[in-house]
Amino acid sequence: MGILINKNTRVLVQGITGHEGSFHTAQMKEFGTDVAGGVTPGKGGSEVFGIPVFDSVKEAVEEVDPDATVVFVPPRFTADAIFEAIDSEIELIVCITEGVPVHDMMRICAYLEGSSSRLIGPNCPGITTPGGSKAGIMPNPIHLPGNIGLVSRSGTLTYEIIDLLSKGGLGQSTSVGIGGDPIIGTSFVEILNLFEEDPATHAVVLVGEIGGTAEQDAIDFIEAMSKPVIAYVVGVSAPPGKTMGHAGAIVSKGGGTAREKIQAFESAGIMVGNSPEDIVNKLKNIVII
Amino acid sequence: MDLYEHDAKRIFSKYGIPVPAGDLVTDARQAGEIAAKLGHVAIKAQVLAGGRGKAGGILTAATPQEAVQKAERIMGMSIKGLTVKKLLVEEYKKPEKEMYIGITIDRKARSPVFIAATEGGVDIEEIAKSSPEKIFRTHINPLTGIHDYQVRSVAYLLGRADSASISNLVRKLYMIFTDHDCMLAEINPLVRTSGAFYALDAKMVIDDNSLFRQEFAQEEEDELSALAKQHGMSYVGLDGDIGCMVNGAGLAMATLDMIEQHGGRPANFMDVRAGADEEQIRTALQIVSANKNVKVIIINIFGGLTRCDEVARAIAGREIKIPLVIRLAGTHEEEGRKILSDHGISMAMSTQEVARRAVELGHTH
Repeated sequence: MGILINKNTRVLVQGITGHEGSFHTAQMKEFGTDVAGGVTPGKGGSEVFGIPVFDSVKEAVEEVDPDATVVFVPPRFTADAIFEAIDSEIELIVCITEGVPVHDMMRICAYLEGSSSRLIGPNCPGITTPGGSKAGIMPNPIHLPGNIGLVSRSGTLTYEIIDLLSKGGLGQSTSVGIGGDPIIGTSFVEILNLFEEDPATHAVVLVGEIGGTAEQDAIDFIEAMSKPVIAYVVGVSAPPGKTMGHAGAIVSKGGGTAREKIQAFESAGIMVGNSPEDIVNKLKNIVII
Repeated sequence: MDLYEHDAKRIFSKYGIPVPAGDLVTDARQAGEIAAKLGHVAIKAQVLAGGRGKAGGILTAATPQEAVQKAERIMGMSIKGLTVKKLLVEEYKKPEKEMYIGITIDRKARSPVFIAATEGGVDIEEIAKSSPEKIFRTHINPLTGIHDYQVRSVAYLLGRADSASISNLVRKLYMIFTDHDCMLAEINPLVRTSGAFYALDAKMVIDDNSLFRQEFAQEEEDELSALAKQHGMSYVGLDGDIGCMVNGAGLAMATLDMIEQHGGRPANFMDVRAGADEEQIRTALQIVSANKNVKVIIINIFGGLTRCDEVARAIAGREIKIPLVIRLAGTHEEEGRKILSDHGISMAMSTQEVARRAVELGHTH
């Protein structure tokens, strides 16, 4: 089980002939993902690792009928690639690209409303359902099938947490990176809702960062959940007014500090870990594997 | 990136939002020449920081002699750590009424939000806290742009009698906001004087992600951040002594947090970004070690697209003498470990361990 993707999910790769697109296509295939096709305008008719490449998403839909698409297209062309996927009614769009302009993201999110698509990202590592499928760029060897759901705004930090969970014998139902940008397609709450409804998920790890109020916005939902949630928020040492790598990771005058978020979780009675090791230890105490 | 007031005003002016006549000077004596033409002037420090007025960076002068004196006083002063090198000298406008209009991005609503207030010239966040009822907000659908009814509601709030001119300003500000990929476009204060409206101050913050299609020259506050950016990396200087080189912003922040948990102080934040190669890692090491406070450097890589063997080769071939504490995981981890152990370098197994060992090492050096 798990959420969003499973072994039957047919995945399309937009930007499949690029450096990152082709590298991660190979990695996804190796993981066991059913990569059904790829799109690069102008390269239609060619193949990448035996996977057919199309000029447009529409053609790919007609020929290979994908359920999901992973977007590696560079920032200049990302918005167009996502609009194309929405218009082709692809259910799940996972945008890996970092550096998509915020104004493009606002238009995309407005366009998504009323469409049949869900967008994960941008600027995210994608989704992995261990033992099932991977739509994204998380390293292959770190995952272990199990009952922990993971949702995170980070990339490499997510890998470290997954790695420690697996080494500690705590497998994952699905790990989802929702992205580190100020405006993203899918929120913490939407993913938490899917985990709550997924019988294979017994507990959830939520990884947050400085900037915005996405973590606080999830509190009401977490309180109403039947499954335990443990939160981890990084950036306690971040100075205000400085962008810490991600466009979304900035403590501004309006708030968004790690301490505010941690305090908000704690005062709502939600468990907070202070390091990846601490999360694993705390989880071991509450989960029956 | 933040724009200087004078750059933002030039854009405002191009779009037909009236700004006071004036010019930019880099020499205090030039302020006199401008004052001779304009009469009563305001002299404003051009630095990318708020609170310029309180810091004494904005003064008025009635005569050319006074303008030179005041300009000399402001030039070279330090405002929030930034040295004043440029002044905007412009016609002084005595405000009859000060207001606020601005457009920013509401992350939660995922759309632009137009904000207006009948008070201006003060910190809008302060008003939002102390008297939220004075602030008007309306969200804009980014696909349709601002509707006429929204424009009218702002205009009626700020002055029924002047609703035509205010509506015009509101529409123009929204055009500026979208045309320039703004995170913020703000007029504070918008003033009414002798029946006309002027933007006395102008603030624009441009989305860094849009710079491939916007023509703004990026101006970094310090050399190391600028150098890092040139190489596609992100660097923020901090005041501790443990240098950091990490791939990924989240992992980098987690590393800094853990250094502090172990009682150490990070010297910087650095995200070398995904896919960093040998050359890039070498450059990153140079940038981190250029900070003279650095006693020990952490290299913490969880490679997806970044390959551990490339990182290890860059480390093995380094020229700097500062001790390193290293953790490499992920793609080609084994090869990386072997290269390092061939050079007699040991590796930590987790972020927790790398932070603890760096703090211990920092204490003994």
